[in-house]
Amino acid sequence: MIRALHRWPGLLAFALVTVLALSGAALSIFPAIERVAAPRAEAGLTVATLAGRVHAAYPGVEQIRRSPSGRTTAYWFDQGMPGAAAIDPATGKGVTSADPNKVERWLTNLHRSLFLGDGGRIVMAAGAAAMLVLSVSGAALIARRAGGWQRWFSPLRGPLAGRLHAEIARVAVIGLVLSSTTALWLAASTFDLLPDGEAKPAFPAQVSGATEIAPDKIAALRHLPVAELRALSFPNPGDVSDVFTLKTDRGTGYLDQGTGDLLVWADPTGWQRASETVYMLHTGQGAAVLGLVLGVMALAVPAMGGTGFVVWHAGRRGRPRLRGNQPMARAETILLVGSEGGSTWGFAATLHAALSGAGQRVHTAPMTAFAPGRYECAKRIIVLAATYGDGAAPASAKGFLDRLNTAENAPDAAMAVLGFGDRGFPAYCAFAKAVAAAAEEKGWSELMPLGTVNRQSPQDFARWGRALGQALGIDLELAHQPVLPVAETLTLVSRRDYGAEVQAPTAILRFALPRPTFGQWLTGAGFTRFGAGDLLGILPEGSPVPRFYSLASAHRDGFIEIVVKKHPGGLCSGQLTALEPGQTVSAFPRRNPGFRPGRGHAPLILIGAGTGIGPLAGFVRGNARRRPVHLFFGMRHPDSDFLYGEEMSTWQEEGRLARLVTAVSRGVRPNYVQDALRSEREEIVRLVRAGARVMVCGGRGMAAGVSDALAEILAPAGLDPAALKAEGRYVEDVF
Amino acid sequence: MKSLLATLALTTALTLPGIGMARPVTLTTTLNAYGGDGAYLALYVTDASGTYVGSLWMAGGKSKYYEHLNDWYRATGGDTSHINGITGASVGAGRTLEITLDLADALFDAGYTLHIDAAVEDMRDSPNEVAVPLTSEGAGQPVKGRRYVASFTYDM
Repeated sequence: MIRALHRWPGLLAFALVTVLALSGAALSIFPAIERVAAPRAEAGLTVATLAGRVHAAYPGVEQIRRSPSGRTTAYWFDQGMPGAAAIDPATGKGVTSADPNKVERWLTNLHRSLFLGDGGRIVMAAGAAAMLVLSVSGAALIARRAGGWQRWFSPLRGPLAGRLHAEIARVAVIGLVLSSTTALWLAASTFDLLPDGEAKPAFPAQVSGATEIAPDKIAALRHLPVAELRALSFPNPGDVSDVFTLKTDRGTGYLDQGTGDLLVWADPTGWQRASETVYMLHTGQGAAVLGLVLGVMALAVPAMGGTGFVVWHAGRRGRPRLRGNQPMARAETILLVGSEGGSTWGFAATLHAALSGAGQRVHTAPMTAFAPGRYECAKRIIVLAATYGDGAAPASAKGFLDRLNTAENAPDAAMAVLGFGDRGFPAYCAFAKAVAAAAEEKGWSELMPLGTVNRQSPQDFARWGRALGQALGIDLELAHQPVLPVAETLTLVSRRDYGAEVQAPTAILRFALPRPTFGQWLTGAGFTRFGAGDLLGILPEGSPVPRFYSLASAHRDGFIEIVVKKHPGGLCSGQLTALEPGQTVSAFPRRNPGFRPGRGHAPLILIGAGTGIGPLAGFVRGNARRRPVHLFFGMRHPDSDFLYGEEMSTWQEEGRLARLVTAVSRGVRPNYVQDALRSEREEIVRLVRAGARVMVCGGRGMAAGVSDALAEILAPAGLDPAALKAEGRYVEDVF
Repeated sequence: MKSLLATLALTTALTLPGIGMARPVTLTTTLNAYGGDGAYLALYVTDASGTYVGSLWMAGGKSKYYEHLNDWYRATGGDTSHINGITGASVGAGRTLEITLDLADALFDAGYTLHIDAAVEDMRDSPNEVAVPLTSEGAGQPVKGRRYVASFTYDM
């Protein structure tokens, strides 16, 4: 609900709020300029002296006004000609024009009414209301995400756009709430909805009848500091009944034009004072620094609009349309989805449709939206959970376990968990298992035991569906064909072949980077921001199931590169290694954020064998900042499968690669990469002590061997590979 | 009481035929290009002694700004009942305000004066911007204001 309250006004009001924010930010500069530019009044200057100086310079003076920034303006008539100027209080003489700044006036009219009069004022007030709703609902979302208001500034995780959105928001939201609340107050004041009219004293019926007291002789003005003055109006010449009108911070009064006596005075009302304060807070007039701060915070609005749009779009992308999704309070079945790349959503949609077709009221939502307190009619909660990396929560399930663990009681509804994963990885369905374990710990009743789906298998899913149907007493047939991300056609531009002599034909394939569409460019979809170590999903002809290869290039390299070894009988590797320049494949990128070198200047220990060199070579190529990189590369024979052998020396000369250690497994003395590590044990201990990050890429057997070798090397030095893994300083990408 | 009756005569003469003869009068106010936002204008009449008799028109809808029309505000105390039904939009720089009213014959050639007070946001307040005696001869003669009004004429 809060999210909907944040999303829709956000998207609809984006343009309006952006105009408000940008014009407001531009306007915030003017009070500061005026404050700096206005000639200062000397300390202790009284209104009497000031009025005397102005009167001497302009005998026909009608009014002296002082703005909160300290700018003093005089209006006079000289021989029937109207005159006005900003004056120097020291001389009483005009220094610059009193005309309002044209740019400021244009911006003001844009800001408050879009040049459309009262109708425009109402539209802009609605924009301010939208900004307030967005700020408050957004603040609630941030607090929820951080785990409470007291953790407002805790570090954020997740994709860049969402993180940026929240990072900017948690600083700017204070200014935006202040600006939008005061805007609404001012709008209400303009439309006479507030009783904040000025308290004006009744005009005096009796005056002395005398005229022409010199302004500097008026007692009431002789003790009044200029800083308190707002306006002093002189009596109309020739009208004996007229008076001086004095406005100060403390009220309004009339002074006799013959004696200077104070005839009548009125203090401002509380409402009036409140409106003046609100005006100052909103415009920065009289609080120039605050105005500038608010102006800078307003600049956050377009940035948040852009990142907010990306967040919204990324959430929709890859998520199928759910027909008849019921509100959570009315649903009897709650379907929670934990998905990283979006494929689990496809399964969820199939299950949603099948259960709805069986007459159930189903509410399907990401696991991040888990709200056990609000499932009023729920009889069962079904969790479909993918696993991210080495057992971590996928993107749409972040924070689920925390929320489950901190909930007071487990929901009454029974729970079923279905995990999605790849049996090829040790952490198979690890997150789903963690969810099931946490639920059991909490005493949550189980609808059916944990189920798993291997490699998006439709058969596994259908089997689990039948079991679920039995548990529910309905006939449930789940026929799901995975929906794949939109694939693009990549054209091969070059290939380099290795390894034929050692019975391991391997190719470095380089594809042209497809030109992104405007939409992709805007939202970061497609091949717009991949890095080395991310994955390339290839759809081979004759199979709907994609095969994933580690990318050996980043977007900024300007091409897409992978390293492929031909497996005997392999469908995809066969097609790829047969590809000639000019031919094409269907492919899509997939993020792999767990396998990134990260920022910083700590040393990198890259360990790879065979095609595992791909992403590591990509990291070296992208190492423009000369981070010390130590590469351990295992191959069969340097004359045959020394992948990237040509580039290595160049990279070393350029400082992108500090050290290269190779291990050759075919030869007189067979040597594997783990042996190379052992022979460099002192160096490795030194690097790890210096904060090095270890990245391993290659086959499963090699990774296990490397893990053992590193444990052996590091243990005597008191270092623990498991602890490094937990810190994220030891990461693997194995296949 | 007298002034109340006079006000009625000014604004609704046609509907009160008992009070006397009235005729349509067109008031044309053209503003100069003073380079600011829309001007608030108060058009009102005083008698020979300078006493406020009644209002003819108020250009500008937000009562919180009426205090800047100093003389009108002083005479009426800012009471908006004086301008009920005779209020319009403010007048932009360089624009012309034209209004036609039924004015009692008795107002002409009897020492009455038509005044305009003007005010613009962030610019000078201009009470008594225009003060023109209501006479038969004066009709159709353009008069210049002090600051904002390029020309004012009343035509019968």
